[in-house]
Amino acid sequence: MKKENPKSWRNDAYAKVTGRTKYTDDIKFPFMLHAVPVYTDSVHALIKNIDTSAAEKSEGVVKVITWKDIKGALTFGQIIKDYQIFAKDKIYFNGDVVALVAADTRANALKAAALVKVDVEELTPVLDVEVSMDPNTPLIHKEHGSNIINKHVVRKGNADDAFKECDIILDEVFQTQFIEHSYMEPEAAVCNPRHDGVMEVYGSMQHPFSTRRFVASTLGCSLAEVEVIGTPMGGGFGGKDDTAAIVCARTALAAMITGKPVKCSYSREWSIRESYKRHPYKVYYKMGLTKDGIIKAVNCKIIADGGAYCSVTPWVTWRSTVQCCGPYQVENVHCDTYGVYTNNVFTGAMRGFGSPQMNYVVESMIEIAARKCNLSVIDIRRKNMVRQGSITITGQNLDNHKVAMEETLNTVLNEFDVENKLKKCSYGKTDGDELYGVGLAMSYRGMSIGAEGVDFNSAIINVQPDGSIILETGIHENGQGSESAMCLILARELGVSLDRIVYRRPSTSTIPDGGTTVASRGTVLGGGAVVKAVEDLKSQISKFLSRKYNCSSEKFDIRDNAVYFEKGEKSFNEVIKEMFNSREYPHVMGVYRPPAVSWNEHNGQGDAYFSWTYGCQAVEISINKKTGKLKLLNAIAAHDCGKAANVGMTLGQFYGGMAMGIGYGIFEEVKIKDGKIINDNFNSYRLPRATDMPEMKAILIENPDPNSPSGAKGIGEPTNELMAPALANAIYNATGHRYFKLPIKVKIEEEEEVICRRP
Amino acid sequence: MQTTINRKVYNIPDELKELKLTEYLREHLNLTGVKNGCEMRSCGACAVLINNKTMRICHSTVNDIANCEVLTIEGMENEDGSLHPLQQAFIDHGAIQCGFCTPGMVLTAHALLLSNHSPTREQIRKALQSNLCRCTGYQQIVDAIEAASVYYK
Repeated sequence: MKKENPKSWRNDAYAKVTGRTKYTDDIKFPFMLHAVPVYTDSVHALIKNIDTSAAEKSEGVVKVITWKDIKGALTFGQIIKDYQIFAKDKIYFNGDVVALVAADTRANALKAAALVKVDVEELTPVLDVEVSMDPNTPLIHKEHGSNIINKHVVRKGNADDAFKECDIILDEVFQTQFIEHSYMEPEAAVCNPRHDGVMEVYGSMQHPFSTRRFVASTLGCSLAEVEVIGTPMGGGFGGKDDTAAIVCARTALAAMITGKPVKCSYSREWSIRESYKRHPYKVYYKMGLTKDGIIKAVNCKIIADGGAYCSVTPWVTWRSTVQCCGPYQVENVHCDTYGVYTNNVFTGAMRGFGSPQMNYVVESMIEIAARKCNLSVIDIRRKNMVRQGSITITGQNLDNHKVAMEETLNTVLNEFDVENKLKKCSYGKTDGDELYGVGLAMSYRGMSIGAEGVDFNSAIINVQPDGSIILETGIHENGQGSESAMCLILARELGVSLDRIVYRRPSTSTIPDGGTTVASRGTVLGGGAVVKAVEDLKSQISKFLSRKYNCSSEKFDIRDNAVYFEKGEKSFNEVIKEMFNSREYPHVMGVYRPPAVSWNEHNGQGDAYFSWTYGCQAVEISINKKTGKLKLLNAIAAHDCGKAANVGMTLGQFYGGMAMGIGYGIFEEVKIKDGKIINDNFNSYRLPRATDMPEMKAILIENPDPNSPSGAKGIGEPTNELMAPALANAIYNATGHRYFKLPIKVKIEEEEEVICRRP
Repeated sequence: MQTTINRKVYNIPDELKELKLTEYLREHLNLTGVKNGCEMRSCGACAVLINNKTMRICHSTVNDIANCEVLTIEGMENEDGSLHPLQQAFIDHGAIQCGFCTPGMVLTAHALLLSNHSPTREQIRKALQSNLCRCTGYQQIVDAIEAASVYYK
């Protein structure tokens, strides 16, 4: 085994591989109660009465909690406060919770939950985005004044005029589906009302600070009176914010009211029913080109189904807007993007965050265009792609980092022999039974959250008297290995060995609010803060030595656990001991504030992100002509990750992202019938399994980003946003037919022809 | 009834025979490496070895392990607490991310390697078919199992 040179290191690997890791559902407190949620059968309805009397008399029940018991605010939300922690007057979707039953055992709580009676007056559900946008459709949230949650635009050049001069105009409509994050660990919360008056919250949530806001709002207390403890989490992928936080908020309310610790662990069915999904998009996309294949104009209308609540729909759709032309330079762009309320399950953050939908559209369009222009799918990309110094469609000059679009494309072309493979594609014709296809897709992606919000983070380095180091950052361990990345960056930057570093998982009470661990920002923002903290610590140590030994603080370095300064060399441990003896704490908090971004909401222009990352993926498939069965043969990804902090875990992001992209492309869909989810567990929701997956090759391209102190770029999401379009293109190249809807299900006609619309 | 769990013999009172096996292991024995992922026998997070065969136990009761030898992830490491080479391989190959599927994955792989000392990658994938992982894309899990197979020969 590769013990002599491990390519992967995790601080939590031993605990996880031995089953010792305590996830939220594994945590127990003495006298702990168990809580379960109560739903209704309705999708859209007025609540007439909620009768909890029978449930309250049921065996073991301590309390049945409804909206009446909320001490703080009934509704909360990250952008619009429209989410009812408990439904009061109205059911907005089938996952709304009307009550929480707290009992001595989970079994007793479940029995009682079935006894809660809710009288409703059913309303007609609005389940289609375009129906919802019709001014004649009744309002879902009256107080919002419109069924349109938000609108974003891009106005660049003059698209209408430019189309008149185009040789080729393409006009297509694409649709994408709801998908489920499918974190292996369902939502769970354990809340302990502490004797110091603080509500202690353990939860399967990826945003401790966001969770704290939800809990404090529901309890009607200050942020300081809630301590959310970072807890090992069984996956998030963007999906453990709102719902996970709401589960914590309800559980905390139960703990507050009963005065006892309360656990609420979700079943998979509850999790899929209640938690938000990836936004389905309907995209009208018009592209105009010269006969040489230069894209001159794009006009697109993007409609996102936000479902019953706003969640982060305005932010998700903002990224779609900024990236609506993919990694291509287009002089004339007219884009209108709408987030829309319906009575479907609500939608929110999911790995990719508005880009997987648009990449599917744009990377399909570019290949449709290639055929119309008689160009290869590679040449048309080269003609239009962003390069060093390009101006994006929002007017941002790509000049503050290496633009590696062509580098990632060339890497995939060379490593995967794409040009030769393209020649072998079947395009619907084969002598044997198997149709063969290879497909390509590429993207660029703005790093971190961009102009969506305030972006900064902190790291605390606390060196102990014996030279060992405790590190905390404002980034949460979602399972991706962020704690390990932070430790590795600290060891590398400070010049000390990894074995002296211990990561202390912070709580919301021990470190400043570092924002949410989303947007592929963990390594960039957390690592950036670690580098800043190392700079501060080195400065502190050098100044100390300069004072003590009356020498310059300039000639100073730390390498291999040794401190070098003008008067000689000392071990790191010795210097730290001297500092403590001189009443000086080697303790720093570093803060990283990324470069400023800008955005004009009226014309959709601005420096949307402080830096960008680039990636390209390809996949080879075969499709049986008789059965339509699709087999994935091989897949490859090349992404610029700036500088990889932990190679094994970075590769893991590639492979996991590609797998999720494959699921999005051909397997996954949350099926909704009359507003109710029908595939609410993994026996019916189709996830990629080990036997579905091809062998994958991951290539890390490293161009350290000058805007990121650790050099790292985020790659969690870029790796997830390209397999669906690569598959769509591979399926076209195999069958000769273009699919405009995800997930793609290859259909076989009676005469063994594959049916679909012609491009 | 009597059963052996992680090499220790247990005499289980009759009134617990109808209890869900996951609840018995998790709540009574504190063996929380057994996970509730779907309770539909679809995700493999609850997989343990019963007489060296992988079993997804979320639909099982305590009665189902009468006179059996059960191995959970807590019994996988060596007596001295050092890791089994298969566990070490999972670490070295980056096969662990969130870790929620890891106990089921390790145990399923262990059962495979006990019966097949040199499986092909395809056979490894087939063995993992009933275990879901959302983080890794399975690639590094397959790598780890392939590398660990030498220790079973």
